[in-house]
This record gives sequence, structure tokens and C-alpha cells, in this order.
Amino acid sequence: MAGQLSPGHLVRFVTVTAPLSIDDVERRLRERRYIGDRGLATSIFLALQLKKPLFIEGEAGVGKTEAAKVMAEVLGARLIRLQCYEGIDLAHAVYEWNYPRQLLHIRLMDEGADKTDRRTAEREIFSSEFLLRRPLLDAIDNDDATPPVLLIDEIDRSDEEFEAFLLELLSEFQISIPEIGTIKAKQVPFVVITSNRTREVHDALKRRCLYHWIDYPDLDKEVEIVRARAPEAADGLAREVAALVQGLRGMDLYKVPGVAETLDWARSLAALGATRIDANLVNATMGAALKYQEDLEKVREQVPALIEKAQRA
Amino acid sequence: MPEPASPDLLPRLGAFARLLHDAGLEAGPRRLTDATRALAFIDLKQQRDFRNALRSVFVSRKEDLPTFEAAFDIFWSPLDPRASAGMIPGRNRSLPLSPERAKAWANALGLNTSEMNRKGEDQEFPASSSGYSAEELLRNKDFEQMTWAETEQVRRLLEQAPWRVAERRTRRLRPARSGRIDLRRSARHAIRSSGELMTLFRRKPRVRRRPLVLICDVSGSMERYSRLLMIFAHAIARREDLEAFVFSTRLTRITRLLRQRDLDRALESVSKGVHDFSGGTRIGDALGTFNRQWARRVLGHGAVVIIISDGWDRGDPAHLAAELLHLRRSAHRLIWLNPLLGTEGYQPLTRGMAAALPFCDDFLTAHNVQALDDLGRLLAGLDARTSR
Repeated sequence: MAGQLSPGHLVRFVTVTAPLSIDDVERRLRERRYIGDRGLATSIFLALQLKKPLFIEGEAGVGKTEAAKVMAEVLGARLIRLQCYEGIDLAHAVYEWNYPRQLLHIRLMDEGADKTDRRTAEREIFSSEFLLRRPLLDAIDNDDATPPVLLIDEIDRSDEEFEAFLLELLSEFQISIPEIGTIKAKQVPFVVITSNRTREVHDALKRRCLYHWIDYPDLDKEVEIVRARAPEAADGLAREVAALVQGLRGMDLYKVPGVAETLDWARSLAALGATRIDANLVNATMGAALKYQEDLEKVREQVPALIEKAQRA
Repeated sequence: MPEPASPDLLPRLGAFARLLHDAGLEAGPRRLTDATRALAFIDLKQQRDFRNALRSVFVSRKEDLPTFEAAFDIFWSPLDPRASAGMIPGRNRSLPLSPERAKAWANALGLNTSEMNRKGEDQEFPASSSGYSAEELLRNKDFEQMTWAETEQVRRLLEQAPWRVAERRTRRLRPARSGRIDLRRSARHAIRSSGELMTLFRRKPRVRRRPLVLICDVSGSMERYSRLLMIFAHAIARREDLEAFVFSTRLTRITRLLRQRDLDRALESVSKGVHDFSGGTRIGDALGTFNRQWARRVLGHGAVVIIISDGWDRGDPAHLAAELLHLRRSAHRLIWLNPLLGTEGYQPLTRGMAAALPFCDDFLTAHNVQALDDLGRLLAGLDARTSR
């Protein structure tokens, strides 16, 4: 099921103290090999202090989801992830009754010797035992030592109805289940919402959040990211690939490669044993960074020039 | 709770919020409160952090970032000794302010108006040059010799037109008589009858109207149609999910500008927001911009794309063809409206039109209300399936 975690993720971390300053956030991100800019660290720090959700936007593959994941590690908190998709509804995002089990239970009760009355039966089958907890309920109804990080990923894929529901959830931090009652968060989770901007998210929702736009990194930062995240790539290779991608971003392409693509590319080249780039290698592995046929064709014509530029950078 | 930011900072912060507001950002009391709270956690001596903190509170759209940076530079840059020598470091940016507001702010901040306003920009739109003034429209013979009163009629006609854009199936389900079994409701019901599934409830995908994307040519050769087409766009925007763009030499998104209820005010903001009415035409470039910057954002959910242009293109036909091919792949349906098609004896012989034809699903006219009505019927009859 989308957004659900395997039991392996539910391990409690040892309590970690909350970050004390922007520098502290920056340092902790770096320790976990997340190379972000000062602005992101500031937004994260403030979101934690003001207890507001953090809304992160950026082109695909700049590390939005990763930021939330690393945040959970940094805080020593559990990460609860809700992947949005078109048509996502409360049954998938909040809770659902386990109907097959409920039906089975009723049958068994009927066959049992003591015929319980209907009210008792109802109370029994509408208890938390028969409740399937989805990510949002999980995040609200938690008694973790540290408030969990709730990642609402790619909200732009969901529809307006779901957005409206989220708006309500984020202002009240409570969920009402008719059969059980209202569940209010004992501690508010740290909410991170990401969007690829495939559509505009409603202003009302954004208004509740702090906002951060993650831009493509500059060359030095991207080299640093490749070194941190794809250590198998030799230093020279890391720099050349990063410079190459920076060159591609300046071109008129349908889909500009993100940092994720840079990493894929560096890893692919490293897997081929490359320590420098050359035209043959680039042509063979270009698919790691470019995902449209038109883009591939366009770039293929200019490979030698791009390589030369990248090696000078 | 830490101490609130220093007392003399608060009025300045309020003034900064007003500047942002005047420049078009949302900077209401809630955000101002957030900003005040945020600054309590920031080392104010670090200008970088101060800027980052205010940005994350006041900005909530990528498009607003440049405005914020400019406003920040203008408002918070410390007075520098060089300023008196005629240079104002960090104040070379510009803000989208109305002339009066720019003047007021320049006075308040001790700057020249030119430092506040967008560089060399004539805020006044050259209204006299286009089909936007009533008299000119009256003089124009072509759009079926339409008088002002007649365009008003057209507007009403369009608003009352009975058609709505066709629907498509979404992934959200709703209760229905036929369709997949709805276990949730069925089981719910069964519980009342001791677990016996007496009735099977069903549900099927809900339908929604398809989003429309209108890309409208407002170059010189299209001048006489542009007002009516804007009326058309406004009429649709009032009731459908419409994304609208205009282009002549470059592409401008006018979706937000059209949202105003009042037609004249909407048209006024469009004419102010679009800077190249009646310029030359580069359809290929405009569609290229659309494909790169907007397609992924507005073409989800099975959108129908309507291009309105006469196909007079000064660019390379091959370029236009390539962009149209790409656009066609990402749209549910690509419709080209050509006002000239209504002219007797017209044949799509312009190079641009000839290059474009193979990629369009429909090629229709748009020279009168009847034609727009035909378009409406076509839109209403589109297939509910998500792909072509």
C-alpha cells in the first residue's frame, strides 16, 4: 500500500535533541551526506521552532523527498510517508475498517454459544483492533518519544478534494472516526510537503506552511553532492559529470536533468570503470540523464563541445 | 519562548510586509505574525539568515522569488556611504509596483522612482494600437463588422452557450448502480445483518470535465480578432477549468489575469500584463516555451489544447512542426482554430499552417459566434477515455 512502512522502519531511535540553531541543522544534514543550502537549513529550523509544516517545491530530482528523509534521521524521529496519487482518498490516506475481518468476526460470534447483543458486537468490531491505520492517522495518533516526520510526497498529484482535507488536518491536527470519536494529536508531527509543480497547489494550503524552493545546485555544490552520495565515482569523474550536467541545464531541453540524474550518471560511469569522461562513454550512458528522445538527439550532436566545456570547468 | 524581535524592528517589518503586498505578494497579518515569531529564532546580525527566514514566510510560489529578493534589497539594504555618491549597492533591482505606489515607496525609502520601478518599463500599455478600443473595433470591418453592442451580445451568447467541455474518467470512485463492488459499503451494510452480504453496493470512477488550455496568437496579423478571442477566453474561464496563454513574440500566461469576474477589468489586466500585443509571430518559439515551462504543469488530467492562430509564422516551419509534435503527444486533443478559415476561398497555404496541419486533431474556424459554437459542440463531444 502506498506510503505504508515495513515493520523494519518502525524501530524507535534513541532520543536525539532538537537542533539548536541553523548551523546545527546544516551540520546535521551534512553529517548524513545531505548537501543542502543555508536557506533550506533555515526553513527547516524555523518550521521546527514555529511548529509549522514545511512546503518544499523544486524541479524533479533536486532532493525534496530526500530532505524529509534526512530530517527524520536528524531528529531521530520515525518517518511516515504518504505518497500522493490521483484519486487518493481517506481510505488510503487516513484509515479504513478491516471489513473482511469484521465480517468474519461477526460470523464467529453468531456461531459461538453466547449470542451477544448487537450493540456489544458493534462495539467490538469497531474497535482499534479492526482499524487499518494509514499514514495520516499514524502520524496524528502517535506516542513516539520524538514527534514523527510526516512526509506528504508529491501533493500535486492528488486532487483538490484531498487538498481540502489536508488543509483541515493541518490546522486542527485531529481526525474524527465516527465509530470511535475524535483523535487529537498528542504531539504534532513535523510535516514536510513536497510538490513537483505539475499543477498549482491551492494558496490556502501553502499559507499554512513555510515555503522553500530548492534550486539546482551550482557546480561546486553539485560536485560535493556527487562526492557525498556517489563516493564510488572518482573525484575527477565527479567533477566532470557535474560540469557536464550543468552544461545540459543551460541547453534548451524538454526535461532538464536533476541532481538525481547526475548521481545516476556518475554511478553508471563509475560502474563502467571510468575515471574520466570521453565521447564514447558519454554517448553510451547519456540515458541516465536524458529521458526524451528529442533531447538525446539534440545533445548527441554536441557531445564533443559539451565534454570540452565540462573538462575546462 | 524566546524574546520577540527587537521592538523597533516590528514597525519596519510591518512596512516591509506592506511593500511586498503592494508588489503583489501575499503578506497578510498571519504572515506578518509568522515573520515576527520567526525572527525571534534568528541571529539578526546574519543578514543571510534574516533574508532566508523572511523568504520562507512570505514567499509561497517560485514566481514570487525575484520580487521578494528585489523588495528585500530595496528595503533592507543598509545605507551605504557610496549611496550618496550616486551608487546604491544592492538596489539595482526593480519591483512590479503601480506608478503611484512606486512613487510613494520611493519617497518613504528615500529613493528615486526609477530605482523602484521595473527598468525602462512603460507600465502604460499602448492601448491605442490594438483592437482594444471600441472605436477601433467599430472601424475594423473584418470580425464580421461587429459593433461594440454586438460584442456585448457575443459575450452574453458565449456565457449562456449550452455546451460544457466533455468529461473524462478520474481515478476517484463514487457510488453507482453498476461497476466495481464497493466492499466498504457492502460490508458496512452486512454488519447490520449479522455478517450476511445481502446487498452488493458498487462504485465506479467519477467523471470530471477536462481541463482546457488555450494558446492564443495576439500578433499583428491576428489583431482584429484578439478582443473577441479574449472575450471568448474570459467566458470560458468563468465556468471551466481553463489555462490561458497568449503569444506573439513570446508566451505570456494570462490564467490569473482572466480570473476577474468583470470582463473589462479582466481585459485591462490582460492588456497590462502582456507586453507584446500585435508584435511579430513566432509560433514555434512560443510553443517551445509552452512545452518546456508549462506543459508538465498544465497538461495533466487529459487536457484539451486549443491553439488560435492564423498560422503566419516568421520562424522556421520545421521548428514549429517539432514543437507541435511534442505538444500533441502530451495533450488529449490538439485543436487549431484559424479565423481565416472562415474567409471564402482560404486555403491553409502559409508555411506555418502547412507545417502545423498534420499534427492537429481538428482544424476549425473561429471567425464568428457560430464557429465558436461549433467548437463548443466538439469540446462537449470528446471521448471520456484518458488517452486518444
